[in-house]
Amino acid sequence: MRAFTQHNGVAAPLFRDNIDTDAIIPSREMKTVSKSGLAAGLFAPWRYLDAQTRTPNTDFVLNKPSYKSASILIAGHNFGCGSSREHAAWALAEFGFRAILAHSFGAIFKNNAIRNGILPIELKWPDLEAIAEWVAANPAENTISIDLDAQSVSAGPLGSTDFGIDPEAKLMLLHGLDEIGLTERFSAEIEAFEKKDMLVRPWNYLKAT
Amino acid sequence: MQKTLFEKIWEAHEVSSLSEVQSLLYIDRIFLHERTGAIALQSLAEKQRQVRQRAHAFCTMDHIVDTIPGRSAHTLMPSGREFIIATRSATQDADIRLFDISDPDQGIVHVLSPELGIALPGSTIICPDSHTCTLGGVGAVGWGVGSTEAEHALATSTLRVKRPRTMRINYTGEAPANLTAKDIILLTIRTLGTGGGSGFAIEFSGDAIRKLEVEARLTICNMSVELSAFTGIIEPDPQVMDWFSGRDFAPTGEQLDLAKSYWQSLKTDALATFDRETTIDLSQAKPQLSWGTSPEHCIDHDGKIPEPKDAPSKIAREAWRRALEYMELKPSTHLSNYPIQAAFIGSCTNSRLSDLRAAADYLQQTNNKVAKGVKAICVPGSGRVKRAAEAEGLDKIFIEAGFEWREPGCSLCFYAGGEDFGEGARIVSTTNRNFEGRQGIRAKTHLASPISVAASACAGFPIGGLL
Repeated sequence: MRAFTQHNGVAAPLFRDNIDTDAIIPSREMKTVSKSGLAAGLFAPWRYLDAQTRTPNTDFVLNKPSYKSASILIAGHNFGCGSSREHAAWALAEFGFRAILAHSFGAIFKNNAIRNGILPIELKWPDLEAIAEWVAANPAENTISIDLDAQSVSAGPLGSTDFGIDPEAKLMLLHGLDEIGLTERFSAEIEAFEKKDMLVRPWNYLKAT
Repeated sequence: MQKTLFEKIWEAHEVSSLSEVQSLLYIDRIFLHERTGAIALQSLAEKQRQVRQRAHAFCTMDHIVDTIPGRSAHTLMPSGREFIIATRSATQDADIRLFDISDPDQGIVHVLSPELGIALPGSTIICPDSHTCTLGGVGAVGWGVGSTEAEHALATSTLRVKRPRTMRINYTGEAPANLTAKDIILLTIRTLGTGGGSGFAIEFSGDAIRKLEVEARLTICNMSVELSAFTGIIEPDPQVMDWFSGRDFAPTGEQLDLAKSYWQSLKTDALATFDRETTIDLSQAKPQLSWGTSPEHCIDHDGKIPEPKDAPSKIAREAWRRALEYMELKPSTHLSNYPIQAAFIGSCTNSRLSDLRAAADYLQQTNNKVAKGVKAICVPGSGRVKRAAEAEGLDKIFIEAGFEWREPGCSLCFYAGGEDFGEGARIVSTTNRNFEGRQGIRAKTHLASPISVAASACAGFPIGGLL
């Protein structure tokens, strides 16, 4: 997994509530059994006027020249709600997004983002609105800086805002850790749990045929 | 120490406390499907890891497989075959049970897991699918994960999980006889909003919930994720416990007796406290229909489509305006003014025998037929549901009324690039998501109960079914 320490980049405001994972990448864009090749399908229903010809919708934020290199997304409440498809995180990462600023996130999406090196940052409403406005005034110049270790987001004259993150998510992102590897260190505890639990819930342990 | 039901199940599965907020939880069952399961299994194999407890892992074909009679691995969805073939090969290599297309028990993952006794009261179950919370209906803690977390659970039989806060929704008031579980949960989402359960494990409680049959409880918990909740759960009562007798993967004989005595303890203690409690009065509740592009956009079946100026916030006002534009609706009009092109009965929300019975009852009692110009489809949730429905003659009632009778699967709950109802179709649907484009390009979905969908199919416009 790609580590996240610090990042400075162009931020694209997509200031809507409840942006669901069907909008981030519709099912019809998940064409292969693969974690890659998904960036073209990112926000397909909004990014293209026509699903077949892929005629760009020039009104959509990511199609505007000043946001072409966006690596940070700004959204409203409940970003990534809906389907658990990790393709949403894979598509965002492949497109080049490293962080998402939102008021809140869908729980499954948030976990998926962290496991793919995308930093989900929850900010309070006035801060989020102010940052979105400042960015929109001059997207190429008004870039945003994020420091995960310090847990702060800086937006030029607006100064820096602190954000919260679970300690383990922070550690995983900072070092690009493999979560399965971390848990494998608990194999003795897992076996001990099973031994004890087997006495309490013997019916739970099905035998492999 | 007084504890909630959720806390008891959480603590019974705690392998290790990782921090104040996070635990390593034991995962009893893992269910995969062909849309996201093969990726998890492939990724596991690439890293030379094995499925740790292969008897606890299952896989079905539901998301991509066609539901038209005579189906095969050659799907209407372009490249769908690739997913099916990859799933067959990955489950074979991992040596886990697959409910393949030709398996008589094949069906929708969240219909199969309670039906086959894979999800049990007090168990933890995960699936790379957001509607895994359905299993709270039988007193299990189920939640959806991504493919990477599914891979973690397959490799270690555990997940590292942040402990959610607890919330109880108490339903009060005598619910009107025509109110279905689907109406109750739509009304709940309408009341609390799609972010209303964010960060919480919700316990659905109260007389109205206790009176629901097992399948209806599954419908309630199914849409917990539409409240952004971690999961939803209902206290398992004797009805639920007896329901597991004779189910394939459920305990039998002495083991079942032992399990039942353990399941008795799965109750929220009288003095246990929740981080949040809320009450919803059902005495005046009416059948619900969604008008917009979020499950919270619901109105009473005879209500008016709202005006954006009445939205609770600036951003909601903009969302309502966008939703009205997308749905091609005028505020302050009734949904009955808008002709539909399709009606869909099915999905992990509403494809069980009781759902099909309710819709079939409506069709039989009214003798109404599907309106001209409406494509109506009924998709049973599993092979077992289909056979049971056919044994009762429900298939004939649907077919005679003008519905198509399909093979089990997720079907048109979402558009995967294959079958659709036609671009821009207006659909009344028993599914769980009315998101933009969910059921097809520019498709306009109105969520409703099975009875309401049957009534709408016959009326030719969205209408609440009253029986």
